[in-house]
Amino acid sequence: MIKDITIGQYFPGKSAVHRLDARVKILLTIAFIVMLFIADDIAGLGVGVAFTFLTFIISRIPLKMMWKSVRPILIIIIITALLNLFFVHTGEPYFEWKFIKITDKGVETAVFMVVRIVCLIIGTSLLTYTTSPIDLTDAIERLLSPLKKIKVPVHELAMMMTIALRFIPTLIEETDKITAAQKARGADLETGSIFKKAKALIPILIPLFVSSFRHAEELALAMECRCYHGGEGRTKMKQLKLKLLDLWGTLYLCLFFAGVIVLNILG
Amino acid sequence: MAIIKTEDLTYVYGDGTPFRKVAVDHVNLEIDEGEMVGVIGHTGSGKSTLIQHFNGLLKATSGSVYIDGERLWDDKAKLRPVRFKVGLVFQYPEYQLFEETCYKDIAFGPKNMGLDKQEIDRRIKETAKLVGLPASLLDKSPFELSGGQKRRVAIAGVMAMEPKVLILDEPASGLDPKGREQILGLIKEYHQEKKNTVVLVSHSMEDIAKHTTKILVMNKSKLFCYDDTAKVFHRAKELEEMGLAVPQITRVFNRLKAMGVQIGDDVYTTKYAKQLLLKMLANQ
Repeated sequence: MIKDITIGQYFPGKSAVHRLDARVKILLTIAFIVMLFIADDIAGLGVGVAFTFLTFIISRIPLKMMWKSVRPILIIIIITALLNLFFVHTGEPYFEWKFIKITDKGVETAVFMVVRIVCLIIGTSLLTYTTSPIDLTDAIERLLSPLKKIKVPVHELAMMMTIALRFIPTLIEETDKITAAQKARGADLETGSIFKKAKALIPILIPLFVSSFRHAEELALAMECRCYHGGEGRTKMKQLKLKLLDLWGTLYLCLFFAGVIVLNILG
Repeated sequence: MAIIKTEDLTYVYGDGTPFRKVAVDHVNLEIDEGEMVGVIGHTGSGKSTLIQHFNGLLKATSGSVYIDGERLWDDKAKLRPVRFKVGLVFQYPEYQLFEETCYKDIAFGPKNMGLDKQEIDRRIKETAKLVGLPASLLDKSPFELSGGQKRRVAIAGVMAMEPKVLILDEPASGLDPKGREQILGLIKEYHQEKKNTVVLVSHSMEDIAKHTTKILVMNKSKLFCYDDTAKVFHRAKELEEMGLAVPQITRVFNRLKAMGVQIGDDVYTTKYAKQLLLKMLANQ
């Protein structure tokens, strides 16, 4: 149940997508999102979809993970589609009944939005599937490092993110353990009204809070014991270096990006 | 009749993911009522997974578990009563404490059983005495207590449900030697007084040898054997091959035997060793 949360669900692997520099991967993902939104006709969008699928196949992540990443926001997608379908009133009407009016433009916008959102989710999930959370925060720290000039505590923020990510699995595991222990004492978490269910969570949340504080205290102590004092003059164990592969990756995206732009101009 | 019985019990973690692992592999066993069973096995041998099947916390991937002759998971609504019948104390149970006072925390289980106030009160007082918790501590917050006392409160919380079977996963881990002795001592006392079935998971062969009548050995997800304590420790060589030890005193006596001193077999408690030694010295 709790294990299904996909935050930072990293699939270790050695594909080209995995080996790309995390910084490049983040920038490419942003470019990919821009690409999806500037594509303004079916052909252009088709290029975006092709890119999404092709990249997914290159990454050798099981294809069913695509569905797994889209499933949680299925409701949002459906609502977006329906809103566009019913409230875009420009263009030729297909169907009209009282205040309900479905036009060709409405159908088009609905399909566009759905395809865009689905590709967006799959593309960004691919980033987290192929990049370990640690690499990801490292890359974010490096990408944001220019902000240090205007006194944004970039290193500290990245550190907080790393620690938060690091403790998600620990806390999930602990939640599972505490839940099992309380169930063993007859705690009933499944039946009853919403109010009753919320109240049934107390025996789980309190021990979880207590243990989070304990973790925080222990971690702070351990960091202090190792003389941690922030980002000043800190070196990295894993140096991020751009490789030839990163150039190829960038070219690969540029190719598709150019395709979208050309199709936009032609169309 | 066997109080716990398993048939081809198999449990697989993370089926269908890259992290698939068979944790319990076709285990068949029968534990009789009133037994004090020790469970030993290497870390990751499937001990903890196995015991979580006994009260229906985990659902077997295949095979079945019978408690008191009734098959678990046939009717999901019947799982809760099973949890009152088979009390499970997890490792580091003090991390599950949550109430404002120890009294309320121990009451959590009995309250879930739907007992009336008087009965709950009786059980709390009785179990508090059983685990050696002074009555003055009952009104204190469990978070104010020492580690050993917290553990007592947590164990009392399960004992207060008066389960027919009490399962404890490493109840003494992380305690000092004195605390260990006290906790294990009170579990043995509980067993002798109530004549209930107790299942004790432990890494300490000395503790197992001293307190249990039967031993269940898990090795690489499989049931290696389930037999009388003496018979299991008799297979010292096999146990050592799978990375488990026999009690230190057994090792000493096995060595003595290898050196040609005829003193006796199946020595696994210091008490028995002392007897044998005294007897031998008297004969000389």
